[in-house]
Amino acid sequence: MTDNRHTVIIGAGHNGLVCAAYLARAGRKVTVLEAAEQVGGAAITREFADGFKVSAGAHLLFMLDRNIRKELALDSAGLTFSQQNMNTTALAKDGNHLVIAGSALQGGNISDQDQQAMREHHRLMTRFAGVINQLNNRIPPRLGTRAFSDWVSLAKTALGIRMLGKDDMREFLRMAGINMYDILQETFENPLLKGALSMDGVMGSNLGPRSNNSVFCALHRLSGLQGTATPKGGMGVVSDTLARVAGQHGALIRTSAAVKRILMEGDRVSGVELEDGEMIAAGTVISNADPKTTFLRLLGARNLEAGFVRRISNIRMRGKVAKLHLALNDMPVFNGLNQSRLGDRLLIAPDMDYVEHAFNHSKYGEYSVKPVMEICIPSLNDPSLAPPGKHVLSAVVQYAPYDLKAGWSKHKSGFTDKVIDVLASYAPGIQTQIIHKELLTPVDIESEFRINGGHWHHGEMAMDQFMMLRPVPHAAQYASPVNGLFLCGAGSHPGGGVMGSAGRNAANAVLAAKHHEDHAS
Amino acid sequence: MSQANRENATQAIDYSSKAHYLTKVFKSPFYSRQEPLNHLKEWGRWADYLSPAAYTSSAMEYFACRNACTVFDLTPMSKYRISGKDALPYLNRLVTREVGKIKPGRVGYSIWCDDNGQAIDDGTIFHLGENDYRLCSQERHLDWLLTNTIGFNVQVTEETHDVAALALQGPTSCTTLKNMGLEGVDNMKMFDIRQFSFEDTTLLVSRTGFTGDLGYELWIDPAHAGVLWDRLFEAGKLHGIQAMGDEALQMLRVEAGYIQCRHEFMPANATVRTSHTRSPFELGLGWLVDFNKPVFNGRRALLAQKKQGHRYNLVKLDIDGNKPACDSYVFTKNKKQIGTVTSATWSPSAKASIALASVEIPHGKPGEELLVEIYYQKELKWSRVMAKARVVKDVFYDPPRKRLTPPAKF
Repeated sequence: MTDNRHTVIIGAGHNGLVCAAYLARAGRKVTVLEAAEQVGGAAITREFADGFKVSAGAHLLFMLDRNIRKELALDSAGLTFSQQNMNTTALAKDGNHLVIAGSALQGGNISDQDQQAMREHHRLMTRFAGVINQLNNRIPPRLGTRAFSDWVSLAKTALGIRMLGKDDMREFLRMAGINMYDILQETFENPLLKGALSMDGVMGSNLGPRSNNSVFCALHRLSGLQGTATPKGGMGVVSDTLARVAGQHGALIRTSAAVKRILMEGDRVSGVELEDGEMIAAGTVISNADPKTTFLRLLGARNLEAGFVRRISNIRMRGKVAKLHLALNDMPVFNGLNQSRLGDRLLIAPDMDYVEHAFNHSKYGEYSVKPVMEICIPSLNDPSLAPPGKHVLSAVVQYAPYDLKAGWSKHKSGFTDKVIDVLASYAPGIQTQIIHKELLTPVDIESEFRINGGHWHHGEMAMDQFMMLRPVPHAAQYASPVNGLFLCGAGSHPGGGVMGSAGRNAANAVLAAKHHEDHAS
Repeated sequence: MSQANRENATQAIDYSSKAHYLTKVFKSPFYSRQEPLNHLKEWGRWADYLSPAAYTSSAMEYFACRNACTVFDLTPMSKYRISGKDALPYLNRLVTREVGKIKPGRVGYSIWCDDNGQAIDDGTIFHLGENDYRLCSQERHLDWLLTNTIGFNVQVTEETHDVAALALQGPTSCTTLKNMGLEGVDNMKMFDIRQFSFEDTTLLVSRTGFTGDLGYELWIDPAHAGVLWDRLFEAGKLHGIQAMGDEALQMLRVEAGYIQCRHEFMPANATVRTSHTRSPFELGLGWLVDFNKPVFNGRRALLAQKKQGHRYNLVKLDIDGNKPACDSYVFTKNKKQIGTVTSATWSPSAKASIALASVEIPHGKPGEELLVEIYYQKELKWSRVMAKARVVKDVFYDPPRKRLTPPAKF
């Protein structure tokens, strides 16, 4: 059973759909197989209580690759926003909240010095994020080859850093590898500001503000070089739009089609087998699943060489993030927060030590007693998400380790109560507004979104798991060591966040590989 | 642990405890028999064991092996038990050859590589029974072997310290074993394994060795090590049996053209500089690489190397003169440096100075004339000679008795 002209993509997450759209557009015969009933993976909108809908995975859009938006004409295909260029409001217990709008700061007893320092800090971080941005849209170079293209790509990377100029380059090289705590401590005085900014370095990761790599994480987060937005209709609209575009280009998208295993014939892939036993022949298989799921579960370690298996097994991808969804019978009221600010990205991270303490628990397999949170109330500007007059609150909650020592089955409700207590200390009375609550621990995220370890990004975003090291060498250029098997998910460069770049880069790699094969035969 | 206990543990090693940290070096379970025979008191090291370099004279031990028989203590060799439902697929993924061709009761030689197709080690695979194998090698590999278990239903156990082993090699070895009461040992073909009851235990015998001569390897539980040694020497008394150390073994194995890890190649996973490793092709072991297997460690890289060509050839050199060309550079006749000698010795049987050498492609075709640079010292005076060397095709010593079944009577 060989069908060399057929390409199968495992998983209709946003990256899988992007990849499908580009390949179908280039004339490839593409089938996307999604295990869930709807497309989108962790970029979905779904109902969690009667009449209440929420972006169940990622809830803010700030990294979507602008090339993709343009090349696939997503805006004309139906992608609209309920909010764009959202500000961040760092919540203070005393009601003296701090609003961060780009480099401008309001409230929170901010000194002139901090105001000024913020302008320079914002300038630097944006410039540095620009360096990462250039890397995001390129297939990473391989190390140790003599191939011209690899050298060119490496040289471009070095040039991008050198072009920062002497002073900024030195600062980039100093900062990229170190931690948010030190950087913010030497730059600012206001604890609330530092707490809020430190969140950029630890969101979605296994890091505290004092952990090295947190600056890199923050830069990666900023590397979309765009404001924060919420799509109209929730994150699922991004995926639905991508699916529509891919379909228009001729890709076949099948839901409720869970892949059981990747099939091989000799030393190359020959297709996939579905859970229900259906066999689908394909000369090219592209996996949007995370690397551990792809290689260890779907393909099987025994079909791979042992050094590669060891590397895959050692990818750091244990999630530490929980997701809270609340259905509220009324608009929540935060102490001292003007109603016009309710649509902001709200942070509970009063100072960096608070964040670090929250992280400490997770190092020892415990959840944070006082968690940090990133909150948004998407129904405020998007009535489609909740019944009239009612609201949805969506929050990213840290830290909730995947491998909770005491086990999640017994301790999930206790943690949920703790989270709501913290929320209520800023929004008193919110308990009485709750109609329904849902908390997704990393274990829930693992089973709902089929991500090994429940890590949103399919692997920690860190310098040692970035570019030619993501997910591991010999699979970092989207092609895997198995002929015909490619990766296109967040586990590959440039990683997590609703970005789509991994899918786009993967499509380019697949098309280039096809080109090589045509010339070889 | 108390001081007294610690000393006690160092004095009389309990091998079952595997208490490596209590001692820097183990004494073999044969130590009590080796020690009185070791007149030179020249103890070398083999991994974490004491191993005699020579007992009396390496030359005498060499001749004893070629003309009578010798006993060499193999206990320090790494031994791993590999068992379970997936033992065969596990081994097939681990090594380059097709392990399915090694029938139960047989031994197969193989080499294994890292993902880059570079040799980690070579060794022998004993097919002891259904889904039950033993892997023997020069270096320790537990970490690599355990890494290889991911995705396989297989158990890997280190049994280096749990199995005492002796190599009995030389023309009178078969007679000696028969004298010791091993009925039917003469019917064993090369690479056969057979079990014999011995005293109140089981003695495993394989017709294998590292000398290029008729010979056997004997495997037994350490508690019976002493009695095995005694019975062997009793049975071989009239057949010239001698204890042999590592120096003589080196002469024998170079004559037989056998490669050894850390001589002909570095274990790839213990090598920092990637260009200093060797692939099976570069060790003359391309015949052990079976690309019909869809996956094995190093396959992808070796396939590419097969297409693009490898970097080195391992060659056998017949060198003028009688000075062993130890550690010598190898040159072309035009004095272009093309490689190094990896092992060298004076071969008493071939009456020649012989060597194994690694030379750059395209050099190393049989018949090629090369030069080796030999430094030697006489009474503190160093001399240098550029000796002529010829690349030869066949091993330097390969007696028909190695293969003959049943072996001739001596």
